[in-house]
Amino acid sequence: MLIERKWKKWLYFYLPMAAFIVFTLFPFYWMAVTAFRPDSELYATWRQPNAAPLWTLQPTMEHVIGLMKTTAFPTWLWNTMAIAIVATGISLVCGMFAGYALARLKFRGSEFLGTAIFITYLVPQTLLFIPLADIVRDLQLGNTPWALMLTYPTFLIPFCTWLLMGYFKTIPKELEECARIDGATRFGAMVRIIFPVAIPGILSAGIFAFTLSWNEFIYALIFMSSADQKTVPVGVVSELIRGDIFFWGQLMAGALLGSVPVAIVYSFFVEYYVTGLTGSVKG
Amino acid sequence: MAILLLFIAYPFVMALWYSLTSIRVGEPGHFVGLANFAKAINDTIFQQAFKNTVFYTFWATVFKLALGMWLALLLNRHFRFKRIVRASMLLPFIIPTVLSAFAWRWMFDPTFSVMNWALYHGGMITDRLPFLSSGDWAMWCSVLVNTWRGMPFFAITLLAGLQTISPDLHEAAALDGANAWHRFWHVTWPLLLPVTLVVVVFSVIQTFSDFQLIYVLTGGGPANSTHLIATYAYQIGVGSGLLGEGAALSLFMFPVLFAVVWVQLRYLKRMENG
Repeated sequence: MLIERKWKKWLYFYLPMAAFIVFTLFPFYWMAVTAFRPDSELYATWRQPNAAPLWTLQPTMEHVIGLMKTTAFPTWLWNTMAIAIVATGISLVCGMFAGYALARLKFRGSEFLGTAIFITYLVPQTLLFIPLADIVRDLQLGNTPWALMLTYPTFLIPFCTWLLMGYFKTIPKELEECARIDGATRFGAMVRIIFPVAIPGILSAGIFAFTLSWNEFIYALIFMSSADQKTVPVGVVSELIRGDIFFWGQLMAGALLGSVPVAIVYSFFVEYYVTGLTGSVKG
Repeated sequence: MAILLLFIAYPFVMALWYSLTSIRVGEPGHFVGLANFAKAINDTIFQQAFKNTVFYTFWATVFKLALGMWLALLLNRHFRFKRIVRASMLLPFIIPTVLSAFAWRWMFDPTFSVMNWALYHGGMITDRLPFLSSGDWAMWCSVLVNTWRGMPFFAITLLAGLQTISPDLHEAAALDGANAWHRFWHVTWPLLLPVTLVVVVFSVIQTFSDFQLIYVLTGGGPANSTHLIATYAYQIGVGSGLLGEGAALSLFMFPVLFAVVWVQLRYLKRMENG
């Protein structure tokens, strides 16, 4: 074993670790403090003595209530949730079949298709938003949830396919060969044998896709124009800043409440998420 | 499958076509050849945006790699509450970027900045720092926020790589008299290189095409000093409705991204054969 002295451990481990924790979490802490702090404390300038203590003595719900009552925030939450779930569902189903096909079936061009999937998964949204906006307009989908439910899969399907393809490859072929000897069709073997075994992989892909669609911004910004159709990120950006005035209390309350659902989902599936994350970069 | 290709390939072809025409919102436009590209190259704001993008990508990636590696090494040790620490470290990566960028913007606020407050009362500054109101500062602040957001991704994926390295190797090196730095440089780093390369490629693509962070944090200002290619393309394409020019601008990202992906694919091929 490598033996370490105590002070050394403090210097090389606890100190940097603590710094990392503060750096990572302080913005969230500050978001929360701001959301519950009354305006009189919020708008005290930086030079005043004790102007910005790191906590608040008079926590208030005024920003949260204001957010719920005066803006369409609950609708945005609902929109974001519905869009994320539908887009994730579509992408998972497509990704499962496509991933299986690429992992198992040897057909002409399957290798090329695998590479093509990988490349499309790397294409950033910001490259294609202008023509996609036009397509959405031509299909008359603009300003409806379908605009996002159908465009998110353009980046989620390649991602799910890639991740699941890797996962299917790790499942031994013998498993489905046995099933087929027992008389199952290829499709039957896939649905009844392989998919159940692959549930951890499917969950990882699903969680990852869910957080990605919750996070998506540029498509939602461009395709959604009326206040009651927006998603949380777009709503917060466009509706909580009126003119040049930032309503910081409400903004932070919105940011906090918009983050909570995705954080909850994440906290239940941390391990799957980490698998998805590390799997997403594997060749 | 066909639908998927349609959804990616069709917009891409359309982007190419748009970039060659003078199309605007509500106006079909006509073929103008490479005029949009020529205009972009001579556009000083675009030149600035391109330089900014390279600068932003380079420094953010360097910091993310350095800090992410450090964090991964720390997380690779045994300590109490490891799971919860690791889970909370990923939060910046999970929470929607737009929302967390607002928290940063609030922390950088010129009048009410908590950081100015802390530094002032800690006796480190006598006048407030111009976080987002001066060009250079704003750029570095954007790099900082991007680093904050992307570091966990590096840390967690590198950590997964670290866990595949056998501790025996380190013990052997330690017995041979290698100190911690030597052990890292000669044992960990070479073994981790494949993972590192892949993570860097991913991050470069994401950072190079970044939009939301800058859109929220600075909106490209002050005086275009933080515009990236994507935010400028948005401003021209959607803000001013010049679809053709906007499409041309965003296509400028393509050669760079293509080169990065190409390196990645070649590398993967070599791994498969080797």
